[in-house]
Amino acid sequence: MTTATASHDDHHHGPEKGLMRWVKTTNHKDIGTLYLWFAFSMLLIGGALAMGIRMELLQPGLQLMDPHFFNQLTTMHGLIMVFGAIMPAFVGLGNWLIPMMVGAPDMALPRMNNWSFWILPFAGGILLSTFFMEGGAPAFGWTFYAPLSTTFAPDSTDFFIFAVHLLGFSSIMGAINIIATVLNMRAPDMKLMDMPLFVWTWLITSFLLIGAMPVLAGAVTMMLTDRNFGTSFFDAAGGGDPVMFQHIFWFFGHPEVYIMILPAFGVVSHIIPTFARKPLFGYSSMVYATASIAFLSYIVWAHHMFLTGMPVAGELYFMYATMLIAVPTGVKVFNWISTMWRGSMTFETPMLWAISFVFLFTIGGFSGLMLGIAPADIQYHDTYFVVAHFHYVLVTGALWSIIAATFYWLPKWTGRMYNEGLAKVHFWWAVISVNVLFFPQHFLGLAGMPRRIPDYSLQFADFNMISSIGGFAFGASFILFTYIIVDCIRNGKPTTSRPWEGAKGLEWTLAPKADYHSFNKPPSRKLIEAESQHS
Amino acid sequence: MKKLAKVVASVIALTSTAVFSEYGLNMTKGVTSISRDIYDLHMMVFWVCVVIAVIVFGAMFYSVFAHRKSKGAVAAQFHESTKAEILWTLIPVVILIGMAIPATTTLIDLEDTSKAEMSIKVTGHQWKWQYDYPEEGISFMSNLAKSSKNSLRKDIKDKPENYLLEVDKHLVIPVDTSVRFLITSNDVIHNWWVPAFGVKQDANPGFINDAWAKADVIGTYRGQCAELCGKDHGFMPIVVDVVSKADYAIWVAKEQAAAAAAVASATKTWTTSELMTKGKDVYETNCAGCHKKDGSGMPPIFPAMIGSPIANGQASEHVNLVLHGKGGMPAFKMLGDADLASVITYERNGFGNTGSVVQPSDIKSAR
Repeated sequence: MTTATASHDDHHHGPEKGLMRWVKTTNHKDIGTLYLWFAFSMLLIGGALAMGIRMELLQPGLQLMDPHFFNQLTTMHGLIMVFGAIMPAFVGLGNWLIPMMVGAPDMALPRMNNWSFWILPFAGGILLSTFFMEGGAPAFGWTFYAPLSTTFAPDSTDFFIFAVHLLGFSSIMGAINIIATVLNMRAPDMKLMDMPLFVWTWLITSFLLIGAMPVLAGAVTMMLTDRNFGTSFFDAAGGGDPVMFQHIFWFFGHPEVYIMILPAFGVVSHIIPTFARKPLFGYSSMVYATASIAFLSYIVWAHHMFLTGMPVAGELYFMYATMLIAVPTGVKVFNWISTMWRGSMTFETPMLWAISFVFLFTIGGFSGLMLGIAPADIQYHDTYFVVAHFHYVLVTGALWSIIAATFYWLPKWTGRMYNEGLAKVHFWWAVISVNVLFFPQHFLGLAGMPRRIPDYSLQFADFNMISSIGGFAFGASFILFTYIIVDCIRNGKPTTSRPWEGAKGLEWTLAPKADYHSFNKPPSRKLIEAESQHS
Repeated sequence: MKKLAKVVASVIALTSTAVFSEYGLNMTKGVTSISRDIYDLHMMVFWVCVVIAVIVFGAMFYSVFAHRKSKGAVAAQFHESTKAEILWTLIPVVILIGMAIPATTTLIDLEDTSKAEMSIKVTGHQWKWQYDYPEEGISFMSNLAKSSKNSLRKDIKDKPENYLLEVDKHLVIPVDTSVRFLITSNDVIHNWWVPAFGVKQDANPGFINDAWAKADVIGTYRGQCAELCGKDHGFMPIVVDVVSKADYAIWVAKEQAAAAAAVASATKTWTTSELMTKGKDVYETNCAGCHKKDGSGMPPIFPAMIGSPIANGQASEHVNLVLHGKGGMPAFKMLGDADLASVITYERNGFGNTGSVVQPSDIKSAR
């Protein structure tokens, strides 16, 4: 606190001019913006790959590409969306919002902040460059199971490993920064249980990142030595075990799922009370539910592996533990609905996205519960039912909350208002097309279509065509989204410092377009209480 | 009006029955006790989810319609209720316990393979399945059928029956017999899945998993590999014929006779044209997936046959490579001597290559 206060005077000059501002910046808002634009461009690239996948699957027969390239598309689509789009977008939101929400001038470790962002474009660039290498990009699925990713993988896999290491550095540094900011830079008069839910969920997510990312780094390092230095971690011929790879991967992978959804819970917990004009229901149970989900996320990993030949006792344990997650997740959904109950609701764009988040994410939750039932998972595993499930939680869950957050806080970021009419058109376009895209995939999976196949038997033809058409429409909706955002930044009408009538939170006490440094003086206890989510 | 009603009625009839049964909206009930238990469990959890969804979403949408500002709703200010929160923590716990009990029983039953009356070893290869009947001494490969392979191109609109779900040699098992499948892999992880049996089990290289099925309806059942295993993961289907016990005995006798004949034919000396004809067939089944029908391959991952230094070099090196594999190239030692000799001869003398002829006896001594 003292150093931050002492150095205020040097910082009044605001941002540097020109392009170097973005290279050298240590400002949380600039870095947040960089993260968000990076994530958005990755979303478009990952989306373009998905369009390729849906083009190939539009009709039976090999349409456009050979199966090896199809596998590259599914692999890179997953990796780019998870590590390039969703995670950086949440770090971007965290950067922009957390200092404003906890009454701090900036992030605790601004130079590390710059570094953790600027690693990303290089990691992303290395990952994408594998498309142009001999033998093509990684083609073993985003879960890169050994030995397909070790003995049987293209040479570019070593570049993929390096990119994953870099992405891991970036995430861990981002997480450390957020923990340090929340714990050290918080306004002195703000107690932990005064913090808004977005801050809480991000704090807990940061601990998940610090716990999970090193495990991923370990997994890819073992792959690297198996591939190049003659070790046999995952090779039975040398005394290793390919199933061990899956244990290590999912020990990272399951917390990773919650890394991508906990901040989304936070976002929705801000938007629903605002437009219901009613305080968030069950603030403290929301905090405890988030913490219990985070804890449970570490002890359920092998529910991704029911078919690997686990002993029955193991399967039973992982089934019970997995089903348990439904309890805190249910608490959250009930709390959101109780927040809406007897409110005075209006349906501006952020609220539309938030309500559809609750609806569609819960559908993903139901299919998740079904998948958790180990015997039934025998028929669901590795089919399109799983594809439908995780797209409902990641697209209409994580991505939905990111878009909701963008519309909700865009006035604060730009000082301008987006075009509400166009934004509503975009919402309905996206919400209808995304369901045309993903809902039929439940049927495909139940009828027996495996995932990650470039061509399929004729009984799957109709639903695949419907899904592809929905996919193209959903993809096209991002053209309109881009236009709305750019139009807001350039031509939006100036707005007030609190554009949403029911909004609470310290960020709304700042100027319409928040100043370069957020709180030069920590907010008073009175202000904190007035703006807290549980008053 | 009457006509219109008729049209509407027929459209409804079409979409509700015919279409649904044709496209398959739901999981199969299957033909084993396990698959039926799984189906019941699936439907039970599904309906529980539907009921919860109706209540939860019902409350949400009621609120969305009734509690809106435009209707003059004034926001209440309540934001806590310990009673409600305890209630909606406990009720889900009770529901979950209700689901966990039948799930546990089914799981324990399907993992218990001790009741098996016979065993079949299933080995995954990139990208085909190998089936061994250890007691009967039968062993064969099962590849994607030519009818599917030859109609992959998109301009072939007229796909064959069971497109991508047909193989050149079906697995055959007797009805009403509890069969234990011992599942493993020769290269990467595959997954042997027959939905109608409720059997889906990873095939891990270097380890053996097991699963069991007791099919009680005679028929042909189809499945696919359910774990990404490389380029042709989508092209290694599984077809199982469940036959009567009498038909099974006939089939076993026929297969055993064929195996004996194959051993006999491997000891004779083949003519080059015999080897080339058979070799082309074996090549197109086993090798063309990577090295391409015309031998052009997909360099650098899958080398070309045309002008290949191996196909034009020492025969012993060529035989060794095909038998034991190298890097991404899988081992083919599971093929018979005659098959290997003919395919190697084909590779060495087709595609404009000028290598030597290889006889089945050469393979036998090289093993």
